[in-house]
Amino acid sequence: MTVRALLLAIALLWPALAASPVLAQTREPILIPEISQHEVVVRQGFTGANLLLYGAVLQPDGTRATGEVPYDIVVVLKGPTEAITLREKRRIWGMWINADSAQFRSAPAYYAVASSRPLSEIVDSRTAAIYELGLESLQLSPIGAIRPEEVSRFVAGLVAKRMASGLYVQDEGAVTISEGVLYQVRIPLPSSVMTGDYTAETFAISDGRVIASATSEVTVTKRGFERAVELWSRNLSMIYGLMAVALSVFMGWAAGRIFALG
Amino acid sequence: MDVYLPIANLSVNGLVIVLLGGLTGLLSGLFGVGGGFLTTPLLIFYGIPPTVAAASAASQVTGASVSGAIFHAKRGGVDYQMGAMMVGGGIVGAGIGALLFRLLQSIGQIDVAIAILYVVVLGSVGIKMAMESVPELLSNRFERLKRAPSKRRHHPLVASLPGRWRFYKSGLYISPLAPVLLGMAVGTLTMLMGIGGGFLLVPLMLYGLGMSAAVVVGTSLFQILFTTIATTMMHALTTNAVDIVLAALLLLGSVSGAQIGAKFALDARPELLRAVLAAIVLAVALQMAVRLTFRPGEIFTVAPL
Repeated sequence: MTVRALLLAIALLWPALAASPVLAQTREPILIPEISQHEVVVRQGFTGANLLLYGAVLQPDGTRATGEVPYDIVVVLKGPTEAITLREKRRIWGMWINADSAQFRSAPAYYAVASSRPLSEIVDSRTAAIYELGLESLQLSPIGAIRPEEVSRFVAGLVAKRMASGLYVQDEGAVTISEGVLYQVRIPLPSSVMTGDYTAETFAISDGRVIASATSEVTVTKRGFERAVELWSRNLSMIYGLMAVALSVFMGWAAGRIFALG
Repeated sequence: MDVYLPIANLSVNGLVIVLLGGLTGLLSGLFGVGGGFLTTPLLIFYGIPPTVAAASAASQVTGASVSGAIFHAKRGGVDYQMGAMMVGGGIVGAGIGALLFRLLQSIGQIDVAIAILYVVVLGSVGIKMAMESVPELLSNRFERLKRAPSKRRHHPLVASLPGRWRFYKSGLYISPLAPVLLGMAVGTLTMLMGIGGGFLLVPLMLYGLGMSAAVVVGTSLFQILFTTIATTMMHALTTNAVDIVLAALLLLGSVSGAQIGAKFALDARPELLRAVLAAIVLAVALQMAVRLTFRPGEIFTVAPL
């Protein structure tokens, strides 16, 4: 009886015991990520947002690291992915026109990576590719038969273009770890961010190995008038068009009346 | 003043857009053109996606031509019969333009096509206007009086079209196909370039169709008003690219600018106005040509699959 009760107790408690950091066989640090806001609202006057991604990182035994911090922190904020056609301009008959194109199944509309040290010092390129750490390691899933060097040329083009508009960000060394326990980084979202679900992944990396990771979510949504305009233009396009026409005719007419009086 | 544009999906300085509308409105009041040929490239230059720019500029032209059309209609300066033919053609043309737009978009050449159209259309019109207005501007009044007034006569091509109607107000006995085709051509360009086409219509109606000068401006405004309305509807239904916030900002500037411009136009010398307009038209064409031939800042463009 007592043996069975003990076995039952162990069976019931096992998940809790296994999950507890003290008894865990892989001695991974505890990572508790948080974001300053889980919802970014796009409405009139929106000029972009600055997200504060922060959290605590503890030793496997629940204490904080003393002396030199034994791990690096990398934070990746990734927006919704979309299938895109990427076109490259080339000079033909003296004019710059779209010549070559490539298609990708999953290009993130937004991608930001920040780390506590330069990425090349933290991970090797293989690990970076597995976890998609850094703009050079983005996996866009090219469609169709396309040569690898061509893929990298197009990806480099996309990255440069989106970096210029603030949609792709790589900020190495921006993550600060204070007192060996609190990490934090600010990540900017430009006003042209796409609405949708964003995921923030935090990685603790030691000796080139990812030893802990945690995920949290951010939603970017349009609200109020901006949301209504977007929905109307798509679903009630006839009425929306008539509204635009009515607005322009009315404003033109009203200006004529006002200036005639003045 | 930051304003978020819900269709263009970015935030802009609202004051800049209002001023930009005001500038084109001023031109439209001064020269009797819609000003769309200036709005669309300036918006693209400012960073608005080209499709949204062309779609929203059309409604600005509507606003800029309303009070002018009403003004001329009250004076009896609109040939409704001729105007209806042209509007009918214009609506068909906007439909053709929408199909072309979609086709060019799918093969990824819409921005290049728009740029080439700008260079060709504005370049040729600008050169023609400059060639006419500059000698006129340089010659003195006496010489101008000496010159025999040219006989008004429609183009031989117009005379070759089948079937003839009497257009009393325009003083013409021509085939109704001529204004329909003219409207169609301009409607297609309106859809693709976001222009009203006033600077094209007026000379074509005057020298191509040979219409009486008294009804040319009024009738062209009538045609522009209804064709841009049709274009806005066409964009709303097909490209979903009309940004009503952007349009409202542009309108705010352009309708006021148009009124101020119209006041100035009363005191200015018409040949000087035409020369200035020619210079502006040529500058836009040149800027587009430069953009086409010089290495662009952005080699890559993204389109949703």
